[in-house]
Amino acid sequence: MPDLGKYAAEVLSAYGVSLVLILGLVAVTLRRGARARAALRQIEEETSRHGKS
Amino acid sequence: MSLWEYANPVKFLALSARVQPFAWAAAAVGIVVGLAWGFFGTPDDFRQGSTVKIIYIHVPAAWIAINAWIMMLVASLVWLVRRHHVSALAAKAAAPVGLVMTVIGLLTGAIWGQPMWGTWWAWDPRLTSFLILFLFYLGYIALWEAVEDPDTAADLTSVLCLVGSVFALMSRYAVLFWSQGLHQGATLSLDKEENISDVFWLPLVVSIGGFTLLFIALVLYRTGTEIALRRTRALGVRLDKGA
Repeated sequence: MPDLGKYAAEVLSAYGVSLVLILGLVAVTLRRGARARAALRQIEEETSRHGKS
Repeated sequence: MSLWEYANPVKFLALSARVQPFAWAAAAVGIVVGLAWGFFGTPDDFRQGSTVKIIYIHVPAAWIAINAWIMMLVASLVWLVRRHHVSALAAKAAAPVGLVMTVIGLLTGAIWGQPMWGTWWAWDPRLTSFLILFLFYLGYIALWEAVEDPDTAADLTSVLCLVGSVFALMSRYAVLFWSQGLHQGATLSLDKEENISDVFWLPLVVSIGGFTLLFIALVLYRTGTEIALRRTRALGVRLDKGA
């Protein structure tokens, strides 16, 4: 850990808040994407069943 | 082969699936190396002390905040002129990424500004135009959610994007238009005299590269999500009609 001197709180809080926001964005993106793709797979299966019947 | 082939969702998704693993991996490497190099491997600035390390997050985030809007502008123009749905959905997909980067730029700027300028905020031309850009991102996302018909939403948000582009460009060039204000001039310049020292410049460029690749990976994935949502809606309507 480098010696950040009297500005340690500023530097660490800038990195902390940014990493939380970036990781949050990635997590929300992946979760929403997984749900949307699962819903599409399900409705495609239903559509193909209706098409066959 | 023409670029317009990728207006076809199937072709776009196939290309996106090929590009994404490299984009995600390279983004992770770029961000980790750029931030670790900047945080652990660079000296303090003689005037700013250790706060100079904030540059490795603040500048890449601001870079993406502005360029995400420019990408949305290009995609919106493609939608308005050629009516390609994928381009409208790509613009929609990029907006939350740009919004988060704008928030990071504003927050890290305030945290950096407080010890250096003695204030968290000033109505400086660059800061103010960046705040307005943030409000445009919010308005753009809200407008997509507020309009039920997707094509109408794409039309309206595209026009909003054209208007907001003034502020995206202003937040980049405001320091050149007006000489007053606290914010410094360009951090990265082709002019060697103006540019920051190599010891700060190299990890900063790596970090900007990592953030740019993360933006590409996120937009590709999110556009795929928007295509899936639209197809789900269309199939749902067809099922309801058939029932």
